[in-house]
Amino acid sequence: MSNSPYLLKATSVQSVMLRVLLALLPGLVAYIWFFGAAIVVQIVLASLTALAAEALVLYLRGKPLALFLTDGSALVTAWLIALSFPPLAPWWLVVLATLTAIIVAKHLYGGLGQNPFNPAMVAFALMIVAYPQLMSRWPVPGAVDFATQWGIIFGPYANHALDAITMATPLDALRTALHSAGTLPSAPTTVVSALANNPAIGHLAGRGWEWIAAGYLVGGLWLMQQRIITWHLPTAFLATLFLLSGLASVINPADFAGPLFHLFGGGAMLAAFFIVTDPVSAATTPCGKLIFAAGVALLTWIIRCFGAYPDGIAFAVLLMNIAVPLIDMATQPRVFGYKKTGDDVP
Amino acid sequence: MEVSGRDHQTRHHTLTMRLFDFNGGVKPDYQKEASTQTPIAVSPTPTFLVIPLHQSIGGTPRPLVSVDDRVLKGQRIGAADASISGDLSSAVHASTSGHVVAVEMRLMPHPSGLSALCVVIAPDGRDEWIERKPFDYRYHTRDETRDYLRDAGVVGLGGAVFPTHLKISSGKEDRLDTLIINGAECEPYITCDDALMKERADAIIQGVAILHDLLAAGQVLIGIEDNKPEAIAAMQAAVRARNPSDMEVIAVPTRYPAGGAKQLIRVLTGIEVPHGKRSTDYGVQCFNVGTAYAIHEAINLGQPLISRIVTVAGNVTTPRNYEVLVGTPMKTLLAQSQRLPDTDCLIMGGPMMGVALPSDEVPVVKATNCILAGSKKLFPPPPPEMPCIRCGECATVCPADLQPFELYWFSRAKIFGKAQEYHLFDCIECGCCSYVCPSHIPLVDYYRFAKSEIWAHESEKESADKARDHYEFRQLREERETQERSARLAAKAATSRTAAMAVPETPATENIPVSATGSATPAALIAAALERARAQQVHPKNTTDLTPAQQAEIAAIEARRTEIRTQAHPHLPLDD
Repeated sequence: MSNSPYLLKATSVQSVMLRVLLALLPGLVAYIWFFGAAIVVQIVLASLTALAAEALVLYLRGKPLALFLTDGSALVTAWLIALSFPPLAPWWLVVLATLTAIIVAKHLYGGLGQNPFNPAMVAFALMIVAYPQLMSRWPVPGAVDFATQWGIIFGPYANHALDAITMATPLDALRTALHSAGTLPSAPTTVVSALANNPAIGHLAGRGWEWIAAGYLVGGLWLMQQRIITWHLPTAFLATLFLLSGLASVINPADFAGPLFHLFGGGAMLAAFFIVTDPVSAATTPCGKLIFAAGVALLTWIIRCFGAYPDGIAFAVLLMNIAVPLIDMATQPRVFGYKKTGDDVP
Repeated sequence: MEVSGRDHQTRHHTLTMRLFDFNGGVKPDYQKEASTQTPIAVSPTPTFLVIPLHQSIGGTPRPLVSVDDRVLKGQRIGAADASISGDLSSAVHASTSGHVVAVEMRLMPHPSGLSALCVVIAPDGRDEWIERKPFDYRYHTRDETRDYLRDAGVVGLGGAVFPTHLKISSGKEDRLDTLIINGAECEPYITCDDALMKERADAIIQGVAILHDLLAAGQVLIGIEDNKPEAIAAMQAAVRARNPSDMEVIAVPTRYPAGGAKQLIRVLTGIEVPHGKRSTDYGVQCFNVGTAYAIHEAINLGQPLISRIVTVAGNVTTPRNYEVLVGTPMKTLLAQSQRLPDTDCLIMGGPMMGVALPSDEVPVVKATNCILAGSKKLFPPPPPEMPCIRCGECATVCPADLQPFELYWFSRAKIFGKAQEYHLFDCIECGCCSYVCPSHIPLVDYYRFAKSEIWAHESEKESADKARDHYEFRQLREERETQERSARLAAKAATSRTAAMAVPETPATENIPVSATGSATPAALIAAALERARAQQVHPKNTTDLTPAQQAEIAAIEARRTEIRTQAHPHLPLDD
């Protein structure tokens, strides 16, 4: 007989992870609707690779296979990789990324609960640095049938054939337009003209993208209702991104896109509810969570506006991951009965 | 006139009463209905009563009876021994009349199967009381009242069994702002306070009135969780019937651990009493409803604490509350409610903070508020422990506002200094963190481990300090003896010198009686040398010759230490 408490809530790591996967479904449905079923292929590829890699390392480390394989954490990593990668990326890119995430970013640091860096973001950052071209193979919304998509994922690499069916992401479209401003006489000079008549742009931000983002938002709110995530991280992330982009676009509307574009045009919603909320690698104190997520948003916005990559979430998350121990240490909450944080004598 | 004015004030106060909140807490399945369907039953007198002498925080009372003695119901069989434990102890009594058949070590309701000295009584079935005399505290000094309560064995019945008399300050007429009566009863399954409030509200209120008087409390707030509407109604009716000024019954939101003394004080007054501080420092004092009832019985009826209400629940056919004589073997009591065949464990207390019992032979003691029969179905063994994923749910539910997962890392890694820095000792071991942990980590066990390691280290240090003190004292004594010897030699030399050369003045002879011949007497020289040596001597600490004030201070420190230690002990639930 163990010690008290004898009563335990019916919860488990597995149930937490499965609910995270469930919360991804609304976004995934929108994804399939706009960009075709290629993403399902990528998710299956990533999931199988993640489970195989997990099983291999668990075996090598002498850990109980059944217990850890069924905890669902590897699946969450796999899904996040697949969802943040372009759906038309070659099959081996997703497999390589997932292997890196599970073996290097997760298990070399000690496995579940021990990794200082978000495994999915480690994989994303590595791949976008190593294969920037492949990481931009986004299909034109609604244009490509599944057979073609399958052929692209598993077929030989043929850049010229791809051009017809892929296009830039909204963030990429904007940065290309703004960067070419002034070099060509016909080039757009402001955000408004760059976005006008651009096939990638929909009502709020990117065509299709805005609906996927809305799906993630719905799933994320459900996670909050389920008490799997707290309001701190998503709110701080979205609010900071909103304020920064809002302020910049008010001051200089010609060069800076507005907040809605930033929130709905890239991976912001996925990041807000599913990536910065990774409990293992994020800050844990209430105040620390606010600082951490605000920091991720600040870095994301800086990289998006001034950096070399269209979306900077992966780098922003990794940079803030490094700061987590410091943030947590500095933001210990007030303990019951003590006047302020860190008080020794009440 | 004045009374009605106050009454008006009270009612006005009710309208404006604002409740505060504590952070965290959980809402487990309360399972309280089953044992509240039937009224309190009287548990039958067993064949043998096993009454442990040590039933409260503090020193073990000295046995007053020996084998073959005849005892009466309510006769004192163990006296709080001031010479051993100071004031920190409480008497125990025979729960019925009969003969003492043994005074021996018996198994205790403690998870590690400890034994302690018990008086075993064979009841004679006559249930013959001692002469019961009410104690009119208004005609006695506070010290006399304190002694009376100590000798009546009144202790906190919420589970912490802290001697009640120690919570009534002696001498000084300190005015207490708020007297809190704890009827929250937040642990699942336990309904003994609920039953008591429903059936004996008036007696409780009489006990509360005594405390009100003794503590000169400004107001009395009786906090009851709002899942006990019948108890609230009964208590409110009892308060109205007696019409005391400034006393009110308040429904507090149901959320475990709202019945923790600190949490209830916070909810009712907004005051947070930090770890290591007494609530009286903040003008608040908290008593359990069962304790108030025991005070009423002791003062108004002259009956010492010999029985209590115990909930029998869990894996039994008929869950119910019983009035049980202290010392009744749990087996006898469980026979009343009939354990189901798949029962595989017994827990004293609730499922959140209770302790597993080593056997059903152990006796019901003053701390026994509930006996919970468990089974694999009711309390399934925890699933395998997974790594912490830092989800922070434990921090969300921690009523002490700690970061339990950080404490877990530090305890697990044996970085005890860091654990203390993160307020390990502010943990009240309520179990909320373990309850919600998705990784099924027995977090509270890690904290218990860390705390006991730190205590072990401290007591080791203490004994090392003591050894060092001994060593230093011996060195000092040897040095002093050497000095005294050399002084004696010097004196001897001086006398021989004076005799030989008749030099009238030496440095050693200042202010020393000089004989008629002008030389110092040998006796005076020796006395001076001894005086010098004595002046150099340093008095060692913690030995004899302490002033009463110092002794009292040491006793107080010891008492605090014991309390802290017992607070952290698993078998001591929240309420006092």
